Amino acid sequence: MATTDVVPQESSGQLGQQRVVNDMSIQVATVNGSGSQSSNTVLLRSIFQMGVPISGKNLFPSNIAGLPTWYTIRANKDSYIARKKEIDLLVAMNAETAQDDVKSLAPGASVLYDEPLALDKLRDDLIFYSVPYDKLVAPVCPEAKLRKLIKNMIYVGVVAQLFEIEMGEVENAIRKQFAKKAKAANLNLAAAKAGYDYAAANLKKRDPFYIQRMDKTKGKIIIDGNSAAAMGCMFAGCTVVTWYPITPSSSLVETMIDYMKEYRIGPDGKATFAIVQAEDELAAIGMVIGAGWAGARSMTATAGPGISLMAEFTGLAYYVEVPAVIWDIQRVGPSTGLPTRTSQGDVISTAFLSHGDTKHILLFPNSMIECFTMAQDAFDLAEQFQTPVFVMSDLDLGMNNWMSDPFPYPDKPIKRGKVLSKEDLEKLGSFARYKDVDGDGVGYRTLPGTDHPAAAWFARGSGHNEKAQYSERPDDFERNMERINKKFETARSFVPRPELTGSGKQKVGILAYGTSHWAIVESLDQLSKEHNLKADYLRVRAYPFTREVHDFIEQHEHVYIVEQNRDAQMAALLKLDIKPELTPRLRSICHIHGLPIDARSVTDELMMMEGK
Amino acid sequence: MSTTPTAPAPKTNRIGLQVLDYRGGKTTLCAGCGHNAISERIIDAMYEMGVRPERVAKFSGIGCSSKSPAYFMNRSHSFNSVHGRMPSVATGAMLANKDLIALGVTGDGDTVSIGAGQFIHLMRRNLPIIYILEDNGVYGLTKGQFSATADLGSTLKTGVVNDLPPIDTCALAIQLGATLVGRSFSGDKRQLHSMLKAAIAHKGTVMLDVVSPCVTFNDHEGSTKSYKYMQAHEEPLHEVSFVPAFEEINVDYDPGTTLEVTMHDGSSLRLRKLEEDYDPTDKIEAVHRLMESHVKGEVLTGVFYINAKAPSFIDMLNVTDQPLATLPESVVRPGREVLEKCMEELR
Repeated sequence: MATTDVVPQESSGQLGQQRVVNDMSIQVATVNGSGSQSSNTVLLRSIFQMGVPISGKNLFPSNIAGLPTWYTIRANKDSYIARKKEIDLLVAMNAETAQDDVKSLAPGASVLYDEPLALDKLRDDLIFYSVPYDKLVAPVCPEAKLRKLIKNMIYVGVVAQLFEIEMGEVENAIRKQFAKKAKAANLNLAAAKAGYDYAAANLKKRDPFYIQRMDKTKGKIIIDGNSAAAMGCMFAGCTVVTWYPITPSSSLVETMIDYMKEYRIGPDGKATFAIVQAEDELAAIGMVIGAGWAGARSMTATAGPGISLMAEFTGLAYYVEVPAVIWDIQRVGPSTGLPTRTSQGDVISTAFLSHGDTKHILLFPNSMIECFTMAQDAFDLAEQFQTPVFVMSDLDLGMNNWMSDPFPYPDKPIKRGKVLSKEDLEKLGSFARYKDVDGDGVGYRTLPGTDHPAAAWFARGSGHNEKAQYSERPDDFERNMERINKKFETARSFVPRPELTGSGKQKVGILAYGTSHWAIVESLDQLSKEHNLKADYLRVRAYPFTREVHDFIEQHEHVYIVEQNRDAQMAALLKLDIKPELTPRLRSICHIHGLPIDARSVTDELMMMEGK
Repeated sequence: MSTTPTAPAPKTNRIGLQVLDYRGGKTTLCAGCGHNAISERIIDAMYEMGVRPERVAKFSGIGCSSKSPAYFMNRSHSFNSVHGRMPSVATGAMLANKDLIALGVTGDGDTVSIGAGQFIHLMRRNLPIIYILEDNGVYGLTKGQFSATADLGSTLKTGVVNDLPPIDTCALAIQLGATLVGRSFSGDKRQLHSMLKAAIAHKGTVMLDVVSPCVTFNDHEGSTKSYKYMQAHEEPLHEVSFVPAFEEINVDYDPGTTLEVTMHDGSSLRLRKLEEDYDPTDKIEAVHRLMESHVKGEVLTGVFYINAKAPSFIDMLNVTDQPLATLPESVVRPGREVLEKCMEELR
């Protein structure tokens, strides 16, 4: 199976070219369950520790062991960290895919392969390096059963030697990776050294790629989006988490369990949180809603199929007006689709999740920092507007390793929204749960357990009056529906504002969200350098859209909406929101092959649509 | 008489509330519906036990029974959720505030069909909740279809015969881990009253299956959930009485004929043996006796199983004493040094 869709063309790595420093992509093809994740992380970290910006993307099957998996590391001096379309070095460790992997490379690329695979017979326009892994692993790993796992660390040493990655940093990375297992660290280090020594003695450098020390990663961290989100939720004061395992969201809650156990146990040794694995997504969201109704900052994390299962309850929460935070780590399709590939395919279904008239606040994080900060935004908005809020992450963001600046400590206090206490009720005498006292559509609520005879209200769907009493009167229903709509309109001024890159005065605008951001940043430079096309870029961070989104469309002749789904879902949402005469300006660039979007594809498609 | 009689002070319970303080809205269920009788018993039991209504949270799903929380205890918060999924809402609320007294009201459609999955997992968690299944063997709100507790061979008003076996919710609850399981009949005022009081004293999942005839769709000849059928076939295991911990009066009883179970709060559940040697702390015997009752064609009632010592779900979570819902920011947001430590580990 090929993981690239590169049309063979001029490669940056042709024989005899000049040195190419800190600008390359390495793809490691292995079998899942073979310990390659550790090797890949060590390689990634070694480069990162040399101050060179990196990104790592894991392309893995829906399987535990024995199926092919690919890991792509990109090192780039200009801090481009989107997936790079072209592969400069293929590390072919998997016999099953090796032939296809080699065939899909562009001419001039390099291949590092296991000697018995004899891949050098396949093509004569590539650079081949062969390594006898089995011969090298035996002396460094006496225990035969561990060899399969240790073998992968050998290529780290070989790559280090070829690219001049400092072995001191490889060692540091190995020590960090196996921090609590000295024996494993030593074994792996020996394997890396064996690879390094073999390469030094036997391989003649023919590719142009080198890693050289820079200072672009100082102070930075490496983390995945699910861990960043978990940390964000902890600092956002989350108290109840209920969940059902589903790829790619499970690690969000699993990491959160670790963090909470470490940092959210009170002096009495008791937990300031409850995390419950539910029997299914139906129960997970039901618990979130019950907890939110009773006053907890409650959340769940799921993926598309879980979102579908949560549809009915989400509608109830929308109408009862209960805060809830739902992380959707988007992925492709049904469980038997491509559940381990990334996507932005849940935008429309989540925006309108449920039945009747429902629409929800969505947040679109693009980075590790936003996975962290939008956790608090989500809880604050959910409690402020007493409604479910969805954080639309994706597999690329959630499960891949990203370089990031350290997270800022939350600078604003936690907002709990309009909750009346016993003391408030003593002053007021009574209250009406769904009365729009402040003109923003948001009523005041009381929590169960509030010790006042007037505190209680009856939570049910939309069939109620302002006092939460049962009513099927048309005027009550209509008033209620309009008030809930008003909340959504109010939310436009409170959700995270979009981020503009550029002067805002160009004719061409690009609009994107979430992980597409990183390809856009690189594409803007490609458009400018290669085509002399200057474009403005607006990164949308929330639904409902704020005024700036409308203005951006109004101010540009063409607005390219880039997204990682088939049906141009964000464009569809925009079309519902903007003036009808503006819709012809919108043009969609949709990327749907399950791999994270890359800049080259965006640039090429945009230029084609520009007719140039 | 020359003096004007003063109105007697209204009767109050141990926390100074009148029974009126436990009442709810006017019922909209059919006259004679078993569910209304159960609502009355809940009001009486809560009043007599001196439960502060503000501490109670009522939960229900969808169906006639699930409407009934609007007809009792107006001073308690209530959540009328979605069909079959009240257990998860109740679970979440109890996670947020463990000091609540959760009262779930459901029906046989809500629990045994669409809600079977959540029912099963509620039972196995032993969440502190009083779960009352108002069981009439029929879907009332959608006008008279069989439910999964309808007995084999029973008929609808239209003459349609049920050809599938019923699910015994009590046997299921016992197997799954509920810690107080019983069956009663909405028409058996005394027994239901005592069982509800014991339910209030219990800490853990209480599953009460209360046969509650549907006068409109399932009270005819051929129904096994009719008033007439229940009067003829109810077979109490024992006479149930309950002495709350706060009551000083100690009624004498004969240990030879009465089994006493001490509840976790010191209350006493007394079961006057009608069947010799029935031990309600023995799961296997409980399930065996229930299976036997089906063969015999009896509708067995009483407390089938009790375990007053099992840890509840909330105990197992080891949450802090103050409800999670109201923990202040200083407790739920770790300090700057924690973030710095997390960052350092990722460098």
